[in-house]
Amino acid sequence: MVENKIRVALTGNPNVGKTTVFNAITGSRQKVGNWPGVTVEKKTGIKEYGGRILEIVDLPGTYSLTAYSADEVVARDYILEEKPDVVIQVLDSTNLERNLYLTTQLLEIGTNLILALNMSDLAERKGEDVNIPVLEKLLGISLIRTTANEGKGINELLDEIILRSGSASSFPNKIEYNKKIEDEIRQLERILAEDEALMTRYPSRWLSIKLLEGDENAHSKLSSSNVQFKVNKFLSNLISEEYEAEMADKRYEFISRVLPQVSKGRVERMSSSDMIDKVLTSRYLGIPIFLALMWGMFELTFTFATPFMELIDMFFGSLAKIVAVNIDSPWLSSLLGDGIIAGVGSVMLFVPNIFILFFLLALLEDSGYLARAAFIMDRLMYSMGIQGKSFIPMLMGFGCSVPAVMATRTLEDRADRLITMMVTPFMSCGARMPVYVLLAGTFFGKQAGSVIFGIYVLGIIVAIVSAKLFRSIIFKGKPSSFIMELPPYHSPSAGNSFKYMMNQGSLYLKRVGTVIVGGVVVIWLLAYFPQGVEYGSAESYIGSLGKLIEPLVAPIGFDWKIAISLIFGFLAKEVVIGSLGTLYGTGADEGMLSSALVADPIFTPAVALGLMVFTLLYVPCIGAVAVIKKESGSWKWMLFAAAYSTAMAWIMAFVTVKIGNIIFA
Amino acid sequence: MPLTMLPEGKGCRIREVRAGKELKRRLIEMGFTPSSSVRLIGCERGNLLINVNGARYALGKGMAMKIMVEPDSLEGVELG
Repeated sequence: MVENKIRVALTGNPNVGKTTVFNAITGSRQKVGNWPGVTVEKKTGIKEYGGRILEIVDLPGTYSLTAYSADEVVARDYILEEKPDVVIQVLDSTNLERNLYLTTQLLEIGTNLILALNMSDLAERKGEDVNIPVLEKLLGISLIRTTANEGKGINELLDEIILRSGSASSFPNKIEYNKKIEDEIRQLERILAEDEALMTRYPSRWLSIKLLEGDENAHSKLSSSNVQFKVNKFLSNLISEEYEAEMADKRYEFISRVLPQVSKGRVERMSSSDMIDKVLTSRYLGIPIFLALMWGMFELTFTFATPFMELIDMFFGSLAKIVAVNIDSPWLSSLLGDGIIAGVGSVMLFVPNIFILFFLLALLEDSGYLARAAFIMDRLMYSMGIQGKSFIPMLMGFGCSVPAVMATRTLEDRADRLITMMVTPFMSCGARMPVYVLLAGTFFGKQAGSVIFGIYVLGIIVAIVSAKLFRSIIFKGKPSSFIMELPPYHSPSAGNSFKYMMNQGSLYLKRVGTVIVGGVVVIWLLAYFPQGVEYGSAESYIGSLGKLIEPLVAPIGFDWKIAISLIFGFLAKEVVIGSLGTLYGTGADEGMLSSALVADPIFTPAVALGLMVFTLLYVPCIGAVAVIKKESGSWKWMLFAAAYSTAMAWIMAFVTVKIGNIIFA
Repeated sequence: MPLTMLPEGKGCRIREVRAGKELKRRLIEMGFTPSSSVRLIGCERGNLLINVNGARYALGKGMAMKIMVEPDSLEGVELG
């Protein structure tokens, strides 16, 4: 039965816990972020409850239904165009006034609304308890108290969804604007009524209000309508400059009439978050604390991971021995030993690092600290032509460039957005970590943690300097002034961070299972054939291919094996070491790739450092390039990003190796 | 006076948002309404960290210049 499905949309201000509610309902493990713009695309989950199927859609956070940035358009269009059966607005109980603003707009659209009063435990503690029955009566809708992170109130919410799914909305207290505006709304409604098709799609009062507000997105809804001309003529006779502010004021006036009846006034005092912020974001301590935290993170990652790495290394080493001893067929033994075990093994070795890094990043983010980094970095960034808010996608880039590039949607200004998109991949993603860990661990011993930290900082510097370059050459002008909400600090949840780590970690393992196995098998084939040549020698197919492209990287000091690895690294950057593992055919050796690299005279510490720099900066992986194309909407920008980053990588690696040769000589 | 001139730790109320209509509407939607109470938590070269009705915002200098406020008490504040 088709009727059985109920479509539910989750909406609300940023940072109110929509995704937490979504996860509590659907049981899935979407990332719960602590900065705006983490949900950049709607996410869908299914829940069976009370014999019905609920399709829950988690929308990006928005302060109102006037869409400014790309992620807000997603939220608004879904509610408007898809007309979900029930809309749940998640509210933060500690800031009702602002949250109710969105409520008034949802009611104006005529959505079938349920309010989920989230974080009610926090509000209670602050002594801001809300009188639910009165608020329900005043708004004419149901209100459910939830504490989503503990799963409280979720079943009540589900019961209410089922109860309300059939009924229409009934908002008794519509917001009355002043007489003149009301009069104009009525006139517009009359004009709009001439287009019946339009009226079945949008509520006429809502559309009239938006047109009066000068909402461009609402105007575009008229683009194919026969009333467009009449509407434009009507609007051009009005002096509409002041309308939207006046209408916003009216909505707040409505809220301010409601609020005193349902909630005691707040007690204003310095909260602990304010006090922590005073220290962590202060002028002299802000940046040093940020850098110290990052450095500590890489040191911890490296220290904790080492024993696990040794175990994994032993495992693959003995696996390789078993293969060498027991398999007689030379090609099969080579495929398993030199190809898969050596290639995949050299990537698997770094799984502990990835897991630990993701866990620590999640802890920092969960605490609310990472959102502050944007503020801390803004002074530096603004002078380099990029606004503070851009640092958020850049920080997300430490995890993976794909969601990070998507997160640029929270930036309203197109120039800001394109610049941020171009430089975000310079932030070193998790996939590049294995390359650094292998090379730094092999060639820099005790200093490995600091070397890796240095590579990450280099990424930040190249990103910021590139932004400056783009701003002064391509996008002349100043970055737009920014405003962003910061979540309150709270002690991070080890449980949530653990979930996030498992989630991201399993994605990594999936990549190892697919892209990376595929990559190393192709490399093995090219290294094993044509028949009769020595495996992985210059005479094999891959050798000839490598020799062909070697001149391109020879000035840096790289040989054909490195060149090939970099080419295949375009699939996924872990493949850089996967290919090296396969090319060196290190399966049967104890200590695997590390000792093979040390034995190869081409690999000096300077070249190792240069290869780390090259891997950091050159063309991002195929997934990131594809998302740049999608988000910029242009091949031109995609090609530019690829060419620019590769040129940058070549130059920086060249300089690194030359300087390195002097230092390490 | 513009919000940028508010001394640290001092409370004030918003009097007016002097911005283009887009920005003005956006600020209002985020809760920067007339008579909202604002407190300055910290200031970094004109970039502000403020508390508006209990929510914390980081605010670029340009944006902060457009928000006109009235300090809660004029004591200790130099005007002009």
